[in-house]
Amino acid sequence: MQNPYLTVGALTKYIKRKFDADLHLRDVYVKGELSNVKLHSSGHVYFTLKDSRSRINAAMFRANASKLKFRPEEGMNVLIRGDVNVYEAAGQYQLYANSMQPDGVGELFIAFEQLKERLGKEGLFNAKWKQPIPAYPDRVGVITAPTGAAVRDICTTLNRRYPLADVLLFPAVVQGANAVPSIASAIRQANGHGGIDVLIIGRGGGSIEDLWAFNEEEVAREIFTSRIPVISAVGHETDTVIADFVADLRAPTPTAAAELAVPDSVEVSRRILESRSRLHQSLHSRLRQEQKRLERLESSYPMSFPERLYRPFAERLELLDERLGQSASRLASDRRQAIANLDARLSARSPRELLTQAQQHTNRLEEGLKRAAKETVQRQGRTLDSAVRTLQALNPLSVMDRGYSLVRSGDRVIKSAGELDAGDKVSISFRDGTIDAIVKGSPERKDVEQ
Amino acid sequence: MSEEKQETKDIRFEEAIGRLEEIVRRLESGDVPLEDAIDLYKKGMELSAVCHSKLQSAEKQLVTLIDKDGEATAFDPAQGGNRDE
Repeated sequence: MQNPYLTVGALTKYIKRKFDADLHLRDVYVKGELSNVKLHSSGHVYFTLKDSRSRINAAMFRANASKLKFRPEEGMNVLIRGDVNVYEAAGQYQLYANSMQPDGVGELFIAFEQLKERLGKEGLFNAKWKQPIPAYPDRVGVITAPTGAAVRDICTTLNRRYPLADVLLFPAVVQGANAVPSIASAIRQANGHGGIDVLIIGRGGGSIEDLWAFNEEEVAREIFTSRIPVISAVGHETDTVIADFVADLRAPTPTAAAELAVPDSVEVSRRILESRSRLHQSLHSRLRQEQKRLERLESSYPMSFPERLYRPFAERLELLDERLGQSASRLASDRRQAIANLDARLSARSPRELLTQAQQHTNRLEEGLKRAAKETVQRQGRTLDSAVRTLQALNPLSVMDRGYSLVRSGDRVIKSAGELDAGDKVSISFRDGTIDAIVKGSPERKDVEQ
Repeated sequence: MSEEKQETKDIRFEEAIGRLEEIVRRLESGDVPLEDAIDLYKKGMELSAVCHSKLQSAEKQLVTLIDKDGEATAFDPAQGGNRDE
């Protein structure tokens, strides 16, 4: 008897064959709301599709998921085409999506909105990142298709307005599969080229699909990174792309971009002429103003009557002059007086005067001396007379005249009898001569001997 | 002086016109000494002449195409067709 029990694997395989065999399940169109969306790192997308009554597990593998312009999000209503089959390992049937698009609005619209929101949140559109467009660029870079109407419009406008600037065209594919890498690489190349003051990136009008490259993240990030200020110029005025938000300046059309990139040389010329006339004007008015100032100064009260300006000084000068004169004469007379004094003192001390004085003095002295001498002589004379008289009185000869004689022993004058002894030889002088004698004796001799 | 003239001729247009406008502004402010004002005036006239001659001399714009390899070739914008690109 055969075993009636099946393995799980065999049962599941049996069920799977039923799914495989059903033509309807091989290619289904389903609409529903996304739920439990998981964007796996492998690139596969797992989600649940549901409506108010039911739900079905679903998967979209990388090969298909990478083609999505938008990012599947929770709660999004989508239209899915795919097949339903069994995932044997889990014993679940699920929907394998080949394509997905938003229900109601276009997927590109959703994609645009999503990228705009994401980059906006990241801050790529912030005003603080916007670089100023130089007023007078020397070199304008243009990134667009070299064969389109846009490049012609841009160049025509640049040439019309401001032929002074050179134009560097970096050709790019602006639509189709290669557009994104082509535009991104052209932006990098322009930045590496150097010397470019402003960059116009754009293309002419077209469908949203044609313009789509300018809604791609890679292009947006490349524009954001550009060191050269970027003017976006995509499509017509009504077209708005992500590039417009991230560019430093958005132009509605390529022609408008060229107008924003360069000034109008007619206008610039006018400004230069205006600058010239303002230079003239301001220097002229300055000179007039200085002229007036000078005139005003010249016609000012003191300048008109200059003598009034210096009159007080003249008066003062006169006064001082007068005082100076007085002082001078007083000084002179003082000096004269002083000189006279000095002169007198000097002549008082003149050697002649001294000489005269000395002479007088000498004379006086001389006279004195003479007088003194005379007096002395007279006095001496008188003394002499009296001395002579005295002498005459004392002269022994005169005495001898009167009978006296002089006894001498030797040279000695004998004044006493006692001085002589008997026998002593003596000389006796008389008035008329001398005789020698011998003493015979003396009575008073004993007294003398005693 | 000749050096300065040379410098003025080699000046970038943007700088020349910027300096011209700065000179006009300073001169109009009136707070520069007269001698400086006259110098500024001369310099300003020189700059305006340079700017003007630069503008006048640029008659036809030079458009150069730079290809992927960085090769530069003259480009005639009339080549651009009517394609919406």
